[in-house]
Amino acid sequence: MQSDSMADRFIGKSIPRKEGRAKVTGRALYVDDMVMPGMLYGATVRSPVARGRIRGIRYAQGIPWDEFTIVTAQDIPGKNCVALMLNDQPCLADQVVNHAEEPVVLLAHPDRYLLEEARRAVELDIEPLPAVFTIDESLARQQVVWGEDNIFKSFLVESGDVESAWGHAHLIVEGEYETGAQEQLYIEPQGMIATFTAEQGLTVWGSMQCPYYVHRALMTLLDLPVNQVRVIQTETGGGFGGKEEYPSMIAGHAALLARKSGKPVKIVYDRMEDMAATTKRHPSRTRHRTAVTREGKLLAMDIEFVVDGGAYATLSPVVLSRGTIHAAGPYFCPNVRIRSQAVATNFPPHGAFRGFGAPQSIFALERQMDQVAKVLGLAPEELRRRNFVKQGETLAVGQVVREKVDMAGLMERALELSDYYAKRKRFAEENPRREVKKGIGLASFLHGAGFTGSGERYLASLVGAEATPEGRVRVLAASTEMGQGTMTVFSQIAAEALGVDYDMIEIVQPDTAVVPNSGPTVASRTCMVVGKLVESAVLGIRQQLLSSGLLPERYTSEQFRQACRQFIENHGALKSSSEYSAPPGVYWDDDKYRGDAYGAYAWAVYVAEVSVDLTTYEIRVDDFVAVQEVGRVINPVLATGQIEGGVAQGIGFALYENVVWQEGQMVNSQMTNYIMPTSADLPPIRVFFEEVPYAHGPGGAKGIGELPIDGPAPAIVNAIENAGGVNVNRIPVTPEVLMEALEGVHA
Amino acid sequence: MPETQRVPIKLKVNGKLSELEVEPRMLLVEMIREALDLTGTHVGCDTSFCGACTVLLNGLPVKSCTVFAVQADQGEVLTVEGLACQDELHPIQQAFVIQHGLQCGYCTPGMEISAYYLLSKNPSPSEKDIRKAIAGNTCRCTGYQNILRAIETAAEMMRR
Ligand code: FES
Ligand code: FES
Repeated sequence: MQSDSMADRFIGKSIPRKEGRAKVTGRALYVDDMVMPGMLYGATVRSPVARGRIRGIRYAQGIPWDEFTIVTAQDIPGKNCVALMLNDQPCLADQVVNHAEEPVVLLAHPDRYLLEEARRAVELDIEPLPAVFTIDESLARQQVVWGEDNIFKSFLVESGDVESAWGHAHLIVEGEYETGAQEQLYIEPQGMIATFTAEQGLTVWGSMQCPYYVHRALMTLLDLPVNQVRVIQTETGGGFGGKEEYPSMIAGHAALLARKSGKPVKIVYDRMEDMAATTKRHPSRTRHRTAVTREGKLLAMDIEFVVDGGAYATLSPVVLSRGTIHAAGPYFCPNVRIRSQAVATNFPPHGAFRGFGAPQSIFALERQMDQVAKVLGLAPEELRRRNFVKQGETLAVGQVVREKVDMAGLMERALELSDYYAKRKRFAEENPRREVKKGIGLASFLHGAGFTGSGERYLASLVGAEATPEGRVRVLAASTEMGQGTMTVFSQIAAEALGVDYDMIEIVQPDTAVVPNSGPTVASRTCMVVGKLVESAVLGIRQQLLSSGLLPERYTSEQFRQACRQFIENHGALKSSSEYSAPPGVYWDDDKYRGDAYGAYAWAVYVAEVSVDLTTYEIRVDDFVAVQEVGRVINPVLATGQIEGGVAQGIGFALYENVVWQEGQMVNSQMTNYIMPTSADLPPIRVFFEEVPYAHGPGGAKGIGELPIDGPAPAIVNAIENAGGVNVNRIPVTPEVLMEALEGVHA
Repeated sequence: MPETQRVPIKLKVNGKLSELEVEPRMLLVEMIREALDLTGTHVGCDTSFCGACTVLLNGLPVKSCTVFAVQADQGEVLTVEGLACQDELHPIQQAFVIQHGLQCGYCTPGMEISAYYLLSKNPSPSEKDIRKAIAGNTCRCTGYQNILRAIETAAEMMRR
C-alpha cells in the first residue's frame, strides 16, 4: 500500500493546468485552425420561416453551380435524423420545416466568398403554415406541431397529499415565474471537419463535448458500421451544454458533403449562424401554490413547471426531468406535487445548457420562498432556516438524504461573509433618501451530480488505463476538456490513487478509435462519476503489478516505473479497465419516478448585493458571495474558476441575456445586441467551499460544474425586490422589465 | 465571378518582415491566420465585440476582424505568437498559467494582447484599470476573476 505520507499529495492542491502552455502561446489547435489538402468549405441553407411545406428549391442564375457539391435530404444514405433520444429531428428538412433556421440544403466549394454568395442564391419555396410560439398556444393545441399533442414529455411527482393539506394551512401563497431563452455563447463558434474514403470510412474532427454522441449520430445518418466512423475532439473553446447535442448535426452535415464530394469539408459557423441556429436554454414558466403553517413550516407545495422545447425533442425529456426534481429545492415539505411538461413550439430546438432545467425551476422556487416569507412577515433567511432538509429527511421524489448536510450552516456562513444583516438594516434606513436603491438577497439550493435517475446505470460508462513501455500510465476516457480542467483533475486523481508523480500520468485525447465510451461530458458527472472510474482503472494497473510480485507494497515512483517496464517485457501489455456500477443502496424507479434521483447533491447558498437606479432602471450587481459544499475539492483553483464562471453566466441570465424573437427567429443574433457580461459589468465574485468528503466520489469529490448557475438569478432578483420593493417574476430583468414592474407598482 | 485584384503589401509581423499579395477584401485576421498561419489569433464574433482577434497594429490594440489586411500595409503587427521569446514565456503568459487565467483558452490570446498594451502604458494598474482595459475582450468561462489576478501578477513580475 502507499504510505500515509503519500496520502493527499495531489488531491486538494491547485496543480497548474496541463494544457496551459499551449493555450497561452496560441499553439493550441481549435477546429478552425486546421486545414487539410484539397479541403472544401461547407455552408448551410436554412429555412427563413418557422413552419411550412417545402414546395421547391431553386438555384438562381449567376452562380457556377456545377462547381458546387450540393446535398439535400435525398442524399442521405442512412436514416435522416440526428440520433439522440427520440430521433425526431431530421438532419436536413424534407418536405416540411418546423422552425426557422432549420437546415434544408448543404453546399460546399473551395472558395468561401463564392460559397457565401451561392448560399444566398438558393431560394427555398416554402408554403407557410400556422406556427406556435408560446407555451400557452402549445398547451391549447390549436395547432399540433409535434406528435399527437405537442408534449415531448411530462412528469408527476407526488408525496403526501397536497389536496388535503390546503384546509390546514395558515396561509396559502401563489406565484408565477418565467425565465427566458439563454445562449451558451462559448467564444469559439461551433465547427467540424470531415473526411470520407471508401476504405477508411468517415473521420470527423471538431469542437464537442460528447464524441460518442456524434459517433452514434454519424453511424445512423450514413448507415456505417462502428469501425467505419471515427470522431476526434479538437481543442474546444467552451461548451456549457451548447456543444452537447448540436455538434452531431454539424458533423452530419460535414460528413454528407465529404461523402458526396470525396474531399475534406470544413464547416465552421460564424457567430450569427451559431446564435440563430443552435440550441439555447429552455424558456420556462412555473406556477407555485404554497401552504405554510403559522410557525412558518412548509405544509404543501403544488408546482407546475413547463419548459418550451422548441420544434424537436433534443434533450428536452431529461432537461425537464432535472428541472422537475430540483423544483422543490433543498427543503423538507410533507406534501408536494410537481406536474411538469416539455412542450413543442416552432422555435429552433432548445437544448442542453449548464444547469439543464434546474436554474429555471430553482429561480421560481427561490422567488416564491421570498414571497412566502413576505406574506408571513418573516425574514427570507428565517423561512429557509425553518425548512431546510436535514440528514435522514426525505426530498420530494422520495430520496432520503443520507449524506451529512448542513444548509443552515452554509447559510450562516454566506450571510456573515456578505455582511448580510448589517447591510439589510443599513439599506432599509438609507434607501428612502437614495435615488439609487441598494438591496441584498439570497438563494439556497442544491444540485444533483451525475445523470438523473437510472441514467448512469444505463450508460454503464467505461474507462481504460494502460502502462506505457516507458513506465508511464495513460488514462483512456471519452471525457472532453473544454476549459474545466478535466485533464488536470484526472491526472490528480490517478497520481493520488497510485501514489506516483503527477507527471507520470498521461490523459489521451478523446478519439473514438482509441478511448472507450465513458459517456458524455455533461451533468457535472466528469469528476465524480468518470473520475471514480479513472481511480479504479489505474488501481487495476497497480493491482496487477502487486500480484505479479514486480512491485513491493511500498514503492517509489521510480520503482513503479520499473515494475511497469518489467511487466510489459514479460507479458506484452499492462491494461486495466473499469465500468460504472451504482454506489450501494442507490436506487431509482423509472416507472414510479421515485427514488434516489442522484447519487449525491452539491449544496449552496448565494448572496447578491445590487444597486437599482430608479431613473435609468439600470441594475448592477455590486457584490456576490457563493458558499457551497461540493464534497472534497480536488483542485481549489480550478473549482473556484468553475464557480466564478458559472456565477458570471448566472448574472447574465438574470439581468442581460435576452433573446429577442420575431416569428420564431432570433433577431439579435450577434454579440453586439445579445449582451453578455464583460469585465466591466461584473462584481467581485467571492467563492467559498465547505468540504464534506463524499464516500463514493474519487478522493471524496462530488460534481461542481452546473451548481453555480442555479443561484445567481434568484439571489439577484430577491435583492432587487429588497432594493426597490418591486416584485419582478421574470428574467432577464432588463431595464424595460424593471420599468414595467415599477410602473405597475406605482400605477 | 469577377477576378478580384490582388494588392501587394509589406508589413512586419512579430518582428519579421512579410511581403504578400492580398485581395482588398481580405481581413487582417484572415491574413494573420491563413496567409501567415499564425492561428493563435482567434475569431469569435467577426463584429468587433468579443476581442478574441485582438492584435497590436502599430502599437495600438485593434480587433483584427474589422481591419482590412491592406490597412496594415507598411505597418507592424504583434500577435500572441510574438509575445514569448524563443521558449521563454512572456511574464503575461506565465502569469496566465500560474493564476489559471484561462479555461477554454479561446479568449486568451486576445486578452494577453490587451494586457500587454495596458501594462506597456500603465505598469501598476488598479483592478478598475484592468477591468476597463479588458472590457473589449469577452470571456465566457472564467468570470474574469482569474484574468484580473493574472494581469496583476504579470504587472508585478514585469516591475521586478
Ligand atoms: S472576432 Fe474580432 S472582435 Fe470578435
Ligand atoms: S477562457 Fe474560455 S472564453 Fe475565456
